[in-house]
Amino acid sequence: MVNNISDTDSLSHKDHHTEASFWSKYIFSTDHKIIGMQYIITGIVMAVIGGYMAYVFRMQLAFPGKAVPGYGLVSPLDYNMLITNHGTIMIFWVAMPILIAGLGNYLIPLMIGCDDMVFPRINRLSYQIFFISTLVILISFFVPGGGFGGAWTAYPPLSSEAIYNHTPWGAPLWVIAVALEFVAFLMGGINFITTTMNARCKGMKMYDIPIVVWMIVIASIIFMASVGPLIAGAVMLLFDQTLGTSFYNPMNGGDPVLWQHLFWFFGHPEVYVVLLPAMGIVAEVITVFSRKKLFGYKTILYTTFATGILSFFVWAHHQFIAGIDPRMANIFTITTVMISIPVGEMLFCYIATLYGGSIEFKTAMLFAIAFLAEFLIGGVTGIYLGASGTDIYFHDTYFVLAHFHYTFFPIAVIGFFTAIYYWFPKMFGRKLNETLGKIHFWGTIIPFNGIFIPLFILGMGGQHRRIYNYNHFPDLSTPSQQDLRVFATTSMVIMLVFQIPFFINFISSLFKGEKAGNNPWKANTLEWTVPSPPPHGNFAEMPEVYRPPYEYSVPDMDNDYCPQNCSGKKI
Amino acid sequence: MLSSFIENASTYGVDIDRLFLLITILVGFWFIIAEAALFYFVIFYRRKKGVKAQYITGETKRQKRWITIPHNLIILCDIVIIVAAIMVWYKVKQSLPEPDEKIRIIAQQWAWTFVHAGPDQILDTSDDITTTESLHIKVNTTYHFELESTDVVHSFSVPAFRLKQDSIPGRVITGWFNANKTGIYDIQCAEICGLGHGVMFGKVFVESSDNHKKWITQNLNENRGAVVADVNKDKPIKISNNNG
Repeated sequence: MVNNISDTDSLSHKDHHTEASFWSKYIFSTDHKIIGMQYIITGIVMAVIGGYMAYVFRMQLAFPGKAVPGYGLVSPLDYNMLITNHGTIMIFWVAMPILIAGLGNYLIPLMIGCDDMVFPRINRLSYQIFFISTLVILISFFVPGGGFGGAWTAYPPLSSEAIYNHTPWGAPLWVIAVALEFVAFLMGGINFITTTMNARCKGMKMYDIPIVVWMIVIASIIFMASVGPLIAGAVMLLFDQTLGTSFYNPMNGGDPVLWQHLFWFFGHPEVYVVLLPAMGIVAEVITVFSRKKLFGYKTILYTTFATGILSFFVWAHHQFIAGIDPRMANIFTITTVMISIPVGEMLFCYIATLYGGSIEFKTAMLFAIAFLAEFLIGGVTGIYLGASGTDIYFHDTYFVLAHFHYTFFPIAVIGFFTAIYYWFPKMFGRKLNETLGKIHFWGTIIPFNGIFIPLFILGMGGQHRRIYNYNHFPDLSTPSQQDLRVFATTSMVIMLVFQIPFFINFISSLFKGEKAGNNPWKANTLEWTVPSPPPHGNFAEMPEVYRPPYEYSVPDMDNDYCPQNCSGKKI
Repeated sequence: MLSSFIENASTYGVDIDRLFLLITILVGFWFIIAEAALFYFVIFYRRKKGVKAQYITGETKRQKRWITIPHNLIILCDIVIIVAAIMVWYKVKQSLPEPDEKIRIIAQQWAWTFVHAGPDQILDTSDDITTTESLHIKVNTTYHFELESTDVVHSFSVPAFRLKQDSIPGRVITGWFNANKTGIYDIQCAEICGLGHGVMFGKVFVESSDNHKKWITQNLNENRGAVVADVNKDKPIKISNNNG
């Protein structure tokens, strides 16, 4: 089996392009790979900021009223600002840019055999707007009054009236930043959908598209269909804050619950917007490292569609006790609990893929398996919250918090690490160190459970969210409960410390890592047929696809893999 | 099961605890099966020299059974959970049993105000007793509460009663509870409401009939006058508005 593109081909291809300056090559590039990396690097920087915020408020919760090393005393206003922006940053400035915009940009053209996105300048504009939104959210921490502190859900009238939230500048800047960020991802989404639908290489039929590309495209469709109402809502919120309108002000005929509907109509599909790309990444990784064909490609694809559609009809499960008509809760309980069917089916397909495999425990594979194991906890605990009866008790407790961290952490953090350990060789031409990778893996996964399992217990004990000091509540400040908080915080600090090996690994491997070659993992998808890192324009010769993406261990073949563009025996 | 984490002191708390147990059994079953299969495959099919992976598409009918059978069983479990959840929900939030007593709960940044109906058991009369932070109720009595907010969204939560309800400015939300155990329980605000959200606590005193009567007579003499008049003057309560 021979890859039909060699290194020399691509070198000659490179010569066609004139040497670009640093600025046009790395800063104002229209190359999808550079834009993808810009998104990923911005996302990593924001993850460090978001992680620092988590460190500060976890320290405050474990040792209330004591100065936090590296921050100082945490006032209630600081605390609100930290939790609000931790949530906002981790979802909108970490999960979204890394998983969808970053990896989507980097992978889609390479995986579908295309030289770039179909709208490269819209793509560049998308990142530039995203970058501005990043600056706006960062500036909002330093304006008079400090950053916005009304939780990432920003329920009005708290978020709309400065006399209630005490952040006359922080609140509008927060809304502007979030709205700008949505605009950026709308542009990115247009690109992903159009490119995948129209610019696939010769021979790539719908069922030959790698699952991760499908998942990113479906996520983009969900995002684009759901974000409109929220952008409208955000504009109304901004008008309430700055122009004195009263869309959400009940005194002048507005309705605060309107915002909740607009927010969650976007907010719940958003969960699937970030989940799907992570599921896609995991699909690529588990097939490669178990040398198995994906179990039920079509089943997974259809369940993804089903999840996407169903995700539009579940939003009000966030509002069961928010003063909506109680009869409405019954409908939303049905739809919410039903979403366990497609998602469960998808997970079963993933687990079945491992059956009969030849599993190699590379770091990327370990992270992928951890994703499945941990996400399952997040999935099953969601049933308690989707069922209206138990949600009465669990709403806004730490049970909710632990639940969605068991979904978002596997998605945003484990999913990202899976992707980076897997595609790093393609991005930079060198492999990451496996030993450091495994230290990083265990140092992340074990403390992660150490943080959030205690929080489940605290949540079952009735501890509510967003309270900066539980000593005011006698029922919540028993020594055993305080021990759980200290345990969670300690785990968190340990987990943060264990990110150091990752950064060391990342930087040292950039220069000293083992050379990867075109296809270090012996994978089938098209990105592994080009040199690492891929040159500008990706393919020296446009590839042609002859087979589906997951043809591993095909009987009667010499190799246990068979790249999509390999024109050998038809299967 | 939930009651081993926090005691239950209301009539419908038992239903919520039972629903919790039901869901735990059903999802626990699937959770254990899925994790066991995952770890079994990961360990059993680790790379061994000379053993090639199998080629399984997962698209034939025989293979799909591994997905469709659990799929159908999950639907069954979902239906059970949905029916049970809606039954509990109907009892707690949708139905409204005839009240024995009424109270009004007013949330504001960052305190709870409770208007007790007093001896005549009717709100907005001159014998109402208004308190902040502490709510006094009689055990084994069905209460209707009228929940109001003067500024932002708050949420009235008594974990021991398994009771939680957001208060929305501009609306009066009616709900009910029936405490069946005497004692003192925490009230928390469950929805972030600004700077003082963390100190917006309260206490609910569930008292026996005699003690409650004692409390009423005591407070009637002390409280009559200022506080009572203050609350009755503006109903519905005026919301201060920074625009005008």
